[in-house]
Amino acid sequence: MSAVAQTVSRSKAGGRPQGLRLLLNNRLAAAGLVVLALMIAAALAAPLLPLADPNATAPADRLLRPLSEGHLLGTDALGRDILSRLVWGARVSLAVGISATVIAAFVGSLIGLVAGYAGGRTDNLLMRGIDMVMAFPYILLALAIVAVLGPGLLNALYAIAVINVPFFARNIRGITLGLSRREFVDAARLSGKSHLKILTTEILPNVLPVIVITMSTTIGWMILETAGLSFLGLGAQPPQADLGSMLGEGRKILFNAPHVSIIPGVAIFLLVMSINLVGDGIRDVLDPRLRSGALTRPVARTAIELDDEEGPSSRTSGGNLLDVAGLRTEFRIGPTVHEAVGGVDLHLAGAECLGIVGESGSGKSVTAMSIMGLVPTPPGRITGGAITLKDEDLLAASDERIRQLRGGAVSHVFQDPLATLHPLFTVGDQIAEAITAHQPASRSQAWKKAEELLRLVRISNPAQRLDAYPHELSGGMRQRVSIAMALANDADVLIADEPTTALDVTVQAQVLALMNKLRREKNASILFITHDFGVVSAICDRVAVMYAGKIVETGRTSEILAAPAHPYTRKLIDCVPVLGEPERRLDAIEGLPPPVSDLPQGCAFAPRCPIAQPECRAQAVELAPLGKERAARCLYPLTHTTGVSADG
Amino acid sequence: MAAYTLRRLLAAIPVLFGLTLLVFLMMALIPGDPATAILGSYATPDNVARLNAALGLDKPLPQQYLIWLGNLFQGDLGRSYALNRPVLDEVLERFSATLILAGTSLVICSVLGLLAGIVSAVRQFGWTDRIVTFIVLVGISTPSFFLGLLLILLFAVKLRLFPASGMYAVYGGGDLADLLHHLVLPALTLSVVAAGVVARLTRTSMLEVLRQDYIRTARAKGLTELRVIYRHAFKSALVAVIPVIGIQAGFVLGGAVYIETVFQWPGIGAMLVNAISTRDILLVQGGVLVVAASYVLFNLAADLFQSILDPRLRR
Repeated sequence: MSAVAQTVSRSKAGGRPQGLRLLLNNRLAAAGLVVLALMIAAALAAPLLPLADPNATAPADRLLRPLSEGHLLGTDALGRDILSRLVWGARVSLAVGISATVIAAFVGSLIGLVAGYAGGRTDNLLMRGIDMVMAFPYILLALAIVAVLGPGLLNALYAIAVINVPFFARNIRGITLGLSRREFVDAARLSGKSHLKILTTEILPNVLPVIVITMSTTIGWMILETAGLSFLGLGAQPPQADLGSMLGEGRKILFNAPHVSIIPGVAIFLLVMSINLVGDGIRDVLDPRLRSGALTRPVARTAIELDDEEGPSSRTSGGNLLDVAGLRTEFRIGPTVHEAVGGVDLHLAGAECLGIVGESGSGKSVTAMSIMGLVPTPPGRITGGAITLKDEDLLAASDERIRQLRGGAVSHVFQDPLATLHPLFTVGDQIAEAITAHQPASRSQAWKKAEELLRLVRISNPAQRLDAYPHELSGGMRQRVSIAMALANDADVLIADEPTTALDVTVQAQVLALMNKLRREKNASILFITHDFGVVSAICDRVAVMYAGKIVETGRTSEILAAPAHPYTRKLIDCVPVLGEPERRLDAIEGLPPPVSDLPQGCAFAPRCPIAQPECRAQAVELAPLGKERAARCLYPLTHTTGVSADG
Repeated sequence: MAAYTLRRLLAAIPVLFGLTLLVFLMMALIPGDPATAILGSYATPDNVARLNAALGLDKPLPQQYLIWLGNLFQGDLGRSYALNRPVLDEVLERFSATLILAGTSLVICSVLGLLAGIVSAVRQFGWTDRIVTFIVLVGISTPSFFLGLLLILLFAVKLRLFPASGMYAVYGGGDLADLLHHLVLPALTLSVVAAGVVARLTRTSMLEVLRQDYIRTARAKGLTELRVIYRHAFKSALVAVIPVIGIQAGFVLGGAVYIETVFQWPGIGAMLVNAISTRDILLVQGGVLVVAASYVLFNLAADLFQSILDPRLRR
């Protein structure tokens, strides 16, 4: 997963389109903006438009249908022109709605800013007051306020503003609380700025987007609610009319003249709908989480779109348990393509442990997750190569077949056991579920087996632990549970994606020992993904080192450790910390891996390589065999050529 | 769990007291003199003073509150002068009708909203998602009082499928079937906006949850996609949605004001609107108090249900 996160965050920094353009790109928001602009323009221009007097009654012309002569939208029960009343009414509704929003935003933001900035008792007092207001059902409080102040448009406006204050206060307080603990606020405080100045110059600019979002999402409500109060006869009083009171009056003659109520009703709907469309558009533009497209959900299986020219099954399987040939997996984010895995060949024999080693973003996890289609789509997809498990073509297998293999023949152990176990189900439930997904076992049988599995991974009191939730266990214990889950169905292949990275060193050693023992007992193969050569030396028979989506060196662990051929492998091995320095920092290798959306023409490691020559940058370097089971993607392999030293 | 429940129940007590204080203050701050309102503007100052003394309005405010609170505990919310009957009797009778309407709407909005949200999230960016998203947007933009009128025109006037008003038929009604028949239109109208809000949040929560590592684990275990979505993802999403359903209880209880007026449902909302117009302050006070208190209890129930689902919240 870390690899995916990296590529995503890297691409995000690319372009930041302008807000308005983004808003207009959103077709619905643009349509809303047009409708809203038209309605506001008409309402503003009401005195200039050639409209009839909205209050001029004409008993002779009462209840004319729409499209009557001289009355485009007909007349109401008193013979007043509905079109004219509509425009003037919209003017009132808009004015009241906008005023209420401004008042609520001002008061609410002020409370939120002060509470969040002051903290302590002030915060407590203000927020308890806000909670009190929120303890009332939304509209009921407005009614109570109108009951106190008496019916009337202005009182309805106050009531609606008051009941919306909490939304602003809470949102703004939350942001302010976070901001007021940040360094730049501390710096301003130390520089002797007054509280008022800090609030207005340091904090306010940062909370402004939140205020705007909250305004744009609540203004529709406020117009709706003021219309509602007027509809009930508690807002605008005759002869003054807003859209709500027009609807309320029309209701009395609903059966003989429905148009009198339908027209203002549609107007309210259009007004609120257009505001909501624009509001959603504004929120999407200002909310960075949505902008990066982070809120897409991965589907059940990675999309497979093989390029025809490559000929997916042209590479034959080598008769191993698991064979990966020419695997390509990429991420499409916007217009950029990140080639996370650029043609990887792997094979895994029975009861063998293969380590895939590399930095974050090297494509090691994506390679491993591609095997069972667990790379998130969108944005990921497999575009080339072949994966065969016991002579079965996994890329051609049906979704149902893949589901059967997942957790069955091929099981997984992931990095952070707190995040990878479901927080709301007990440990026993989650293990039992893994069993019943593949074996015809009853619930009690599955629980019995789950208990055995916990004992197998050396958890004490397994029967009691079954009822524990993941958060009630320690990190090492949780990872043992994950391993127990992976062992539930006697898998042939165990894919372990950094299973020890989130654990502290002693627990790490225990978990490694456990996996090693289980592998021998259960005769399972392990694909072990890690960035740590220390871990590799403890468990792996063979190693494949990955860099920028390609394997740069592969061979037996002992040989590679003794004499790395690729300069990158050498650097990785040097990163294994000395005893007493538990901090493993891989960026001890100078520079960063190249972005996989923009790989250099030649060797991808050349820019960071201490011994790089001009030829290295000129053309792609192939993986060249260096003896039995050994290969390196380097023109000047370290120990196998003369005259080149790694110490440069 | 028992300890947590007890703690939550105890925490609700100060909120309920706060409510009584707020309701009391609101009504005490009403400009004008209740005695004058009751006796009319032709009353002699002498009579006004006597009535004020009888109502206890000549005492200082804190004392008035304590007396009012004491009466409240004895089930005495005063007397509605417009209806000439005890406020509590009227309020409870009306509130039961509102509870039927609001409760039904809450169930409808939860079921519709959750389903629409799940489907929308699972089919993200597909046509189903787009259509559901658009319907939701239309739903939350439509004034419920207008939607009620439209439904009356269509189903009561044109199609004659459902009655336009009341809770029971005037003649020969009164059984459950009759109640349900009358309930369909108002309950549906009342639940539309709330369902939209629930659907939106469910969609967002589902999208959020489906990206979590533990969903990948569930898939890696070989669970069927149905199980991944409706058991693993939905449970987490539900934890996030429940408080919002609790808030929707407030929306349907408050929104009942419109719907009861439109469909002439004999509930507390319609009662409140009338009481405000007739300045029947004690009735408004009693009605607001009972609805607000029930909202606190709805939210309490939502909290407890949430903690049943999420063990991490029980501490």
